[in-house]
Amino acid sequence: MHEEWKTLFDPSSPKQVPLVRKFFDGWKVTIGLIVFLGISILPFLFDLGKAAPPPPEPKIDTPEIQKMVEKKCIEPKSFMKTEHMVMLDDWRDWYVREGRSIYTATDGKQYNISLSNTCMKCHSNKKKFCDECHNYAAVTPYCWDCHIEPKEEG
Amino acid sequence: MGISRREFLKIAGASAIVGLGGISAIEILHPGQFEASQVSRGPKALVGKRWAMVIDMKKLDKQTMQKCIDACHRIHNVPDIEKPKEEIKWIWKETFEHAFPGQEHEYMGEDIKHLPLLVLCNQCDNPACVRVCPTKATYKREDGIVMMDMHRCIGCRFCMAACPFGARSFNWRDPRPFIKEENKEYPTRMKGVVEKCTFCYERLAVGLQPACVEESKGAIIFGDLEDPDSEVSKILHSKYTIRRKSELGTRPSVYYIV
Ligand code: SF4
Ligand code: SF4
Repeated sequence: MHEEWKTLFDPSSPKQVPLVRKFFDGWKVTIGLIVFLGISILPFLFDLGKAAPPPPEPKIDTPEIQKMVEKKCIEPKSFMKTEHMVMLDDWRDWYVREGRSIYTATDGKQYNISLSNTCMKCHSNKKKFCDECHNYAAVTPYCWDCHIEPKEEG
Repeated sequence: MGISRREFLKIAGASAIVGLGGISAIEILHPGQFEASQVSRGPKALVGKRWAMVIDMKKLDKQTMQKCIDACHRIHNVPDIEKPKEEIKWIWKETFEHAFPGQEHEYMGEDIKHLPLLVLCNQCDNPACVRVCPTKATYKREDGIVMMDMHRCIGCRFCMAACPFGARSFNWRDPRPFIKEENKEYPTRMKGVVEKCTFCYERLAVGLQPACVEESKGAIIFGDLEDPDSEVSKILHSKYTIRRKSELGTRPSVYYIV
């Protein structure tokens, strides 16, 4: 170690100074901290007093679903609710990569593996079905960059 | 507390082994529920080991060629972009001298040199594009089709550099405004991906022949090379056919009778 530095850290040396003797530029740092804190809690301040956004209510009142005697998706609703994205991911690999195009559901019924031609034939209300929850959860799946969404009014 | 290095390595090793098993999320979350379900081919699906095409140029006139191109581009939502540099094509016309460089000679008449030929991705048996694709977005299926998985394409365009036939097009812009009439049953592409002919894999899956074959009035024959009784095998056996740039070793699966 350099001689100068040695004396700085040696308690017996007369030149020794306490390491944290002074809060250098204390007021500047304090102001900086306050500004930083202020900016970080800004989003919370904005939302103060406002009610939480209403929970999403995806609609299934499409003509195709109305026609069904038993209104049932291809797998149980609870499963579809939480796992549809995993299922679609499996579907795309099965169809695109493995060339297997027919999905046999747990109840034995068979479906064509297709987002546009199977899922969206029933759920033709993308805005009130897909977007409703996706917007709430702030997720933006990029399905519709390529897959053509059903025509909707409005 | 903390863990020792030894313990850490044990845990890391064990997790790696569990991970290697490749258990999908669905199996963990819903054990048993998905086992009963299954996926299969469609009942009418055409199944082959190595799909191939024979294009009989003697039977193919200009109008029919255009019909083949239009049918393909219409059902696959291929945009119609005028600018040659941004143009997207799956199947198109090429002059003889460009399609078969080296086959032309100085005594050849202009009309033969400039004879339009119908060209498309050759679905090579040893595809250069597949070797270079870093994401396996382009890969060879069991039936020989060189497929594009658009979900994976990152638009690096290595495949375009590798393909010696210019069979691939890059989407420089959002193609949707350039599609005259959308086929709702088939997806479009997005800006930044590469696309090409896929031998109508989606039609084979439901038992249909490729669209251009259907439009060609018998001038294009489609079938399985591994099946000696298929029509393509018989033609290749008995007639003189040529392939584009076969000297490059990609082993094209599209054969021509010129
Ligand atoms: S023609 Fe080009 S794009 Fe098609 S398989 Fe051969 S190398 Fe790949
Ligand atoms: S552009 Fe797409 S398909 Fe081509 S090599 Fe890159 S990732 Fe693969």
